Amino acid sequence: MTTRHGERLRLAGLLAPPLIWLAAAYLGSLAVLFLSAFWTTDSFTTDVVRIWTTDNFQQVLTVPVYRTIALRTLSIAVAVTVVDALLALPMAYFMARVAPARLRGALVVAVLTPLWASYLVKAYAWRVMLGEHGLINALAAPLGLHGPGYGTTAVVLVLAYLWLPYMILPVYAALERLPEQHLEASADLGAGAWQTLRYVVLPAVRPAVLAGSVFTFSLSLGDYVAVQIVGGKTQMLGNVIASQVTLDLPMAAALSAVPVVLIVCYLTAVRRAGALDSL
Amino acid sequence: MRTTPVLRAAAAACALLLAAACSSGSGEGNDSAGRAHGFHAPDLPMQKKVGKGEGELNIVAWAGYVEDGSNDPDVDWVTPFEKKTGCKVNSKVAGTSDEMVSLMKTGQYDTVSASGDATLRLIASGDAAPVNTGLVPNYRDIFPSLKRQPFNSVDGQMYGIPHGRGANLLMYRTDEVLDEPDSWSAVFEDAGRHAGYVTAYDSPIYIADAALYLMETRPKLGIKDPYALDEKQLEAAVDLLKKQRKSIGEYWSDYQKEVSAFKSGDSVVGTTWQVIANLAAAEKAPVKVVLPKEGATGWSDTWMVGAKAKNPNCAYQWLDWIVSPKVNAQVGEWFGEAPANRKACAETSDPGFCDTFHADDEAYFQRVRFWTTPVKECLDGREDVTCTDYARWTKAWTEIKG
Repeated sequence: MTTRHGERLRLAGLLAPPLIWLAAAYLGSLAVLFLSAFWTTDSFTTDVVRIWTTDNFQQVLTVPVYRTIALRTLSIAVAVTVVDALLALPMAYFMARVAPARLRGALVVAVLTPLWASYLVKAYAWRVMLGEHGLINALAAPLGLHGPGYGTTAVVLVLAYLWLPYMILPVYAALERLPEQHLEASADLGAGAWQTLRYVVLPAVRPAVLAGSVFTFSLSLGDYVAVQIVGGKTQMLGNVIASQVTLDLPMAAALSAVPVVLIVCYLTAVRRAGALDSL
Repeated sequence: MRTTPVLRAAAAACALLLAAACSSGSGEGNDSAGRAHGFHAPDLPMQKKVGKGEGELNIVAWAGYVEDGSNDPDVDWVTPFEKKTGCKVNSKVAGTSDEMVSLMKTGQYDTVSASGDATLRLIASGDAAPVNTGLVPNYRDIFPSLKRQPFNSVDGQMYGIPHGRGANLLMYRTDEVLDEPDSWSAVFEDAGRHAGYVTAYDSPIYIADAALYLMETRPKLGIKDPYALDEKQLEAAVDLLKKQRKSIGEYWSDYQKEVSAFKSGDSVVGTTWQVIANLAAAEKAPVKVVLPKEGATGWSDTWMVGAKAKNPNCAYQWLDWIVSPKVNAQVGEWFGEAPANRKACAETSDPGFCDTFHADDEAYFQRVRFWTTPVKECLDGREDVTCTDYARWTKAWTEIKG
């Protein structure tokens, strides 16, 4: 009886700090954010005025420009995810199943190395490369082409570059776990390379791709720095929220609800697909 | 509806309106400027004496105002200040007035170089304290035309020390823009010539630049003051800016971003500050600046003291230092603006500097429309319509950028 009691106490003591942190610092701040979305501001001093109103949400839902920006942000996040998935699949397959064991470790390190460099440095490196007299235009010029310049394409490119490791790693892990016998069995039963890929490999890595997409999708959805650096005049949700934070905090809070809702929907869909079970 | 904000905005508007009416008549300082029916600045204590420095000073400033030699070893007025007062300077550069206001609201900064579209907001919200000019010996030599102005005082009580003023200019790359533009049409009607390489200032206040251009090009709209736009006039400005957006490569509010864009050729024409042109030229970008014939929007800056300043003694010492003749001349030449201290004109390295920048030329500054916060009660004195306030401009700006 007493030992059991003591054990419970110990368990409670162990779990309390992280749970309190989760509830107070994490969920608490989200709740405050949501609550402040129902306030308004003094239009002159931009001080927050605690008057209850649903005005902000009405505007988010009805003003066309917010819908345009939300859709653009969503499309960018989807495009980044698709690009990353298409790049990660062959790369991870090569790393896990084709490359000799000795090279494997080196490749994993190579994929991880960019994560050691600061996000800003990488984004500014891309700004230089994408610039008018940058590397990309210089390489494209002999072919009579012109690089994408700063804009939505550049944003997709840079975000896809930034988040690629988050897609490669889970896919690599899944492919590594895939038993060799499955592929052999598939070949023995007369399936060609494409059929094996379609019916054996892809179903096996699908949860991993979905898990990776959670990172690429949600990180892209919330990004507002890369787009400022290489986005030209492109506005994403993050930019609008960032600019409203200084001018109209409640409006910024209401706008923040949009990516939160989008991500919750996405996570629900991914969970239904069973991708989170293997995380 | 939003009753309280409307009332407060109305009060502030009255202050602006009345003050504007007072000051436009006579050029020199006017004791009644800033007196108003409703605009009540919160009753905040004013510093009585300057004691020993606290050893630290936190500043929010425009780019180029707080130089410690890291941009150019010869441009340094922070190190001598630190040596003289023992106040270690930490500075934060703000890209827009909105950023300045929100940084000051944190209460973590002691002093700020606020423009006219930030000053009254800071006074009204109680984030800036009244300034005891008796504690700033160099205040004596500030041009009278800058003292007790509607944007830096309330009821004759100064809320800061005038620093300098200037205009937003048109900058272009001489190797790409060959026709030597002298009109803002280069970024509006003719922006298409450099589609994809035009830049503009990323703040709702930039709407005033479009309004100023429309004052000249579409007089029928009846815009008298680019900060007093009724719904129809705002719509015209928004339309113009939406057209401009098609040619925009990127917007800027970070001055370093503009320097790098002009250097790399990603921007070839657009609005700028003199200091940005200087920095770009120093990096060998072939740029030129011009004050277009339509006039320009501009700024008149004031050093204010935070109401919650933790280092008020250092702040007052900074106020006196930054407007002292020599330093005021240095800042003026580095940033490219007219100094506020009349004795600064004798200290500039270029003896003609004050003439070039029209330091005491009121007629010139009539053509420069200083940044101010748009409010519902039209600043141009119209009473039959409601004007659009800054909250409306903010929404419009998001819409323009699309």
